[in-house]
Amino acid sequence: MVPTSFYIFLAAVLFTIGAVAVLFRRNTLVIYMAVELMLNAANLAFVAFARQFEALDGQLFVFFVMTVAAAEVAVGLALIVTIFRTKHSVDIDTMREMKG
Amino acid sequence: MFFDIVAHAGGGPTFFHLAPLVVFVPLLGATLNFLFGRRIGERGVATIAVAAAGTAFVVSVLQWLSLRVHPEGATQLVVDWITIGDFQVRWAQLIDTLSVTMMLVVSGVGTLIHIYATAYMHYDVRYKEDPRRYARFFGFFNLFIAMMMILVTGNSYLTLFVGWEGVGLCSFLLIGFWYEFDILGRPSTANARAAKKAFVVNRVGDFGFLLAIFTLFWYFGTVEFHGVFEKVHEVAAAHPQVLLAVTLFLLLGVTGKSAQIPLFVWLPDAMAGPTPVSALIHAATMVTAGVYLITRSAEIYMAVPQAQAAVALVGGLTALVAASMAVAQYDIKKVLAYSTISQLGFMVAAVGMGAFVAGMFHLVTHAFFKALLFLGSGSVIIALERAHHPLPDDPEAQALAARHGHGHHDDHGHDHDHGHAPFDPQDMRNMGGLLRRIPVTSWTYIIGALALAGLPPLAGFWSKDEILLEAKHLQPTVYALLAAAAFLTAFYVTRQLVLVFLGQPRSEAAAHAIESPKAMTGVLVTLAVLAALGGFMNAPGVHAFGHWLEHTLPEVETLPFDLTVAGISTGLALLSMFIAWSLYKGVRAWSQWQHDPLQKVLGPGLFGFLQRAWYWDEAYLAVFVRGYDALAAFLAHTVDWDFWHDWFHETIVAGTYQRLSRFLARPVDLGVVDRLANELAGAVKGLALVLRGLQTGYVRNYALSVFLGVVVMLGYLLWVAR
Repeated sequence: MVPTSFYIFLAAVLFTIGAVAVLFRRNTLVIYMAVELMLNAANLAFVAFARQFEALDGQLFVFFVMTVAAAEVAVGLALIVTIFRTKHSVDIDTMREMKG
Repeated sequence: MFFDIVAHAGGGPTFFHLAPLVVFVPLLGATLNFLFGRRIGERGVATIAVAAAGTAFVVSVLQWLSLRVHPEGATQLVVDWITIGDFQVRWAQLIDTLSVTMMLVVSGVGTLIHIYATAYMHYDVRYKEDPRRYARFFGFFNLFIAMMMILVTGNSYLTLFVGWEGVGLCSFLLIGFWYEFDILGRPSTANARAAKKAFVVNRVGDFGFLLAIFTLFWYFGTVEFHGVFEKVHEVAAAHPQVLLAVTLFLLLGVTGKSAQIPLFVWLPDAMAGPTPVSALIHAATMVTAGVYLITRSAEIYMAVPQAQAAVALVGGLTALVAASMAVAQYDIKKVLAYSTISQLGFMVAAVGMGAFVAGMFHLVTHAFFKALLFLGSGSVIIALERAHHPLPDDPEAQALAARHGHGHHDDHGHDHDHGHAPFDPQDMRNMGGLLRRIPVTSWTYIIGALALAGLPPLAGFWSKDEILLEAKHLQPTVYALLAAAAFLTAFYVTRQLVLVFLGQPRSEAAAHAIESPKAMTGVLVTLAVLAALGGFMNAPGVHAFGHWLEHTLPEVETLPFDLTVAGISTGLALLSMFIAWSLYKGVRAWSQWQHDPLQKVLGPGLFGFLQRAWYWDEAYLAVFVRGYDALAAFLAHTVDWDFWHDWFHETIVAGTYQRLSRFLARPVDLGVVDRLANELAGAVKGLALVLRGLQTGYVRNYALSVFLGVVVMLGYLLWVAR
């Protein structure tokens, strides 16, 4: 049986990839995908611990996360469509109206 | 029916309960004449006025009759006036021999003067071209009688004061009766100013009277005569100076109302009123109120010998000084005015010395002969006026004018006088020889004048002699003053008689003077009889008047008749008349006025000094009027404007306020409050400038800070908080 630390290591790698991608990529869609990656890294950590401790709580949380992520994507894609319509671009750096 | 109005008391019927009528009937007469006088015509007005005054006289006579049965008198309550706690003032009428004496004089002489005035004012209103004012005159006249009755019947100092002020008001109204003229009938404010002067000078005296009343209220707890007199000895023992203050304050009131030094200056100017006013108010009745007041207050005065001496001295000085002023006057009424002041001085001196009977006796006889003299002078004035310009509705004067071809042939009326000095019918220099023209007026006038001079057996002799007799025993200084005054009295009386009645007429008007109608001469004859015989009521051996007043006055002792005193005074009078006669006999031949013979003797300086009344008015003008003006100017300009306005308000108040507000506005508001707010705003702005650099607008930057925050928090949880 694969030890839990392996899963945790993988989840950390995935989360790091996602976080770096969120910080460094300029395409909004890619950022969204990176966010999904981070969420799923967290899911992976949940289920790995759920298996180790033989408790269903972690698995239950994963379902919640997936549901929320789905809802979030629906809203997020709608935002991206609207941004594209006004800016004719999905480059996140064109959204600088909040500059002080 | 007669018995319906007779109340029964003790020993028989009395009429005391009718006493209020002496006030209310004249008051009713005045009201009727004020309301309806203009509609009912001169005859109606005269009837109402004379009937009202006559009723007052009849009621007074009834009081006299009742007093003969009940000499102790009565107090007739009219109304409860003031009640404050224990302090009570009733308006009650004190009916005793003293007040009834005054009532009889006021209503008796008053009624005669009313009758006279019905004819006199007939001419006067026509010469002043305002016949509608006839009713107003008699309204005031009746009102005066009512007020005088309140004065003499009041049973307290306060009710007396009400009457005192009431007669002062009537005096003011009647002096200024022709307020739009001067005494020559020219448009002027002179008469109005004379009225104002009388009123203002009397205020000074009334101020003293009020202070006396206040003092009485404070120390005696009452202002009713009996209450005060009962406590005189008690208060005299406890606070002797209070009685001195009261008596001297009362004396100040007396000098105002009875025209004594130093407040006599209003009376000569009061001659601006119509002549019946001078006779009634400024000779016979109102001005004697002061004498009555002192007599009424006899109990107080007798407890304070210093005050008695002061009153006697004031009276004696006034008698002499005013008599000296009378010798140099040309106005027939001015002579009588100064004479009145002088005679009032005699009365005040008498009551001051404690010779109350003598003073009251002279008051009564003086009322007779001085009313006679004033009415006589009025008759002379009207006689000249009628001859000077005959009225269209005066047939006698018209006929005379036609016969002699003098006076106004033209139709201009008064305009005749324009362009040269107006004819003055009161100036004795315009008279002369009137004895032949107007015999009734002249002979009655001569009787009055000789009574004034004090020739026996006329009324003035007896009363003046009694005063001199008492003075010789009580106050020799005052006796000397009064004897000198009597000497001068005989002098100015003779001078006046010669100038007015003897010799040649010195003007057209005097040459054709017209005797006055019967209403006037009848009154003159009646008063002449009184002036001739009135003295016998208190002649030595009779002393009816003294016994009469005995019931009221504290102590009345009668000095025996002294032939020396009577001889000296009669001798002085005769000598003085002889001197005057020899001085003025030359004037009889004059057909025109030259210089006054007395002026040649005295020199123009002294004569002018006497004629201008010792420059008393000028002195008051210089000291009081100018002084008052200067004080007022000082207060207005220096104290009010320069000090209060400029210095205190502008410099101190406004200046301080401005400096304070400038300080608050600049250093405090701008320097502290504003600066604080500005610096705070600047600091916030500076911080904001720093902080806005963080707001790059790049979402990734925000995300990075979120990550870093998470890393920091996790680091803290993992390594520090463990």
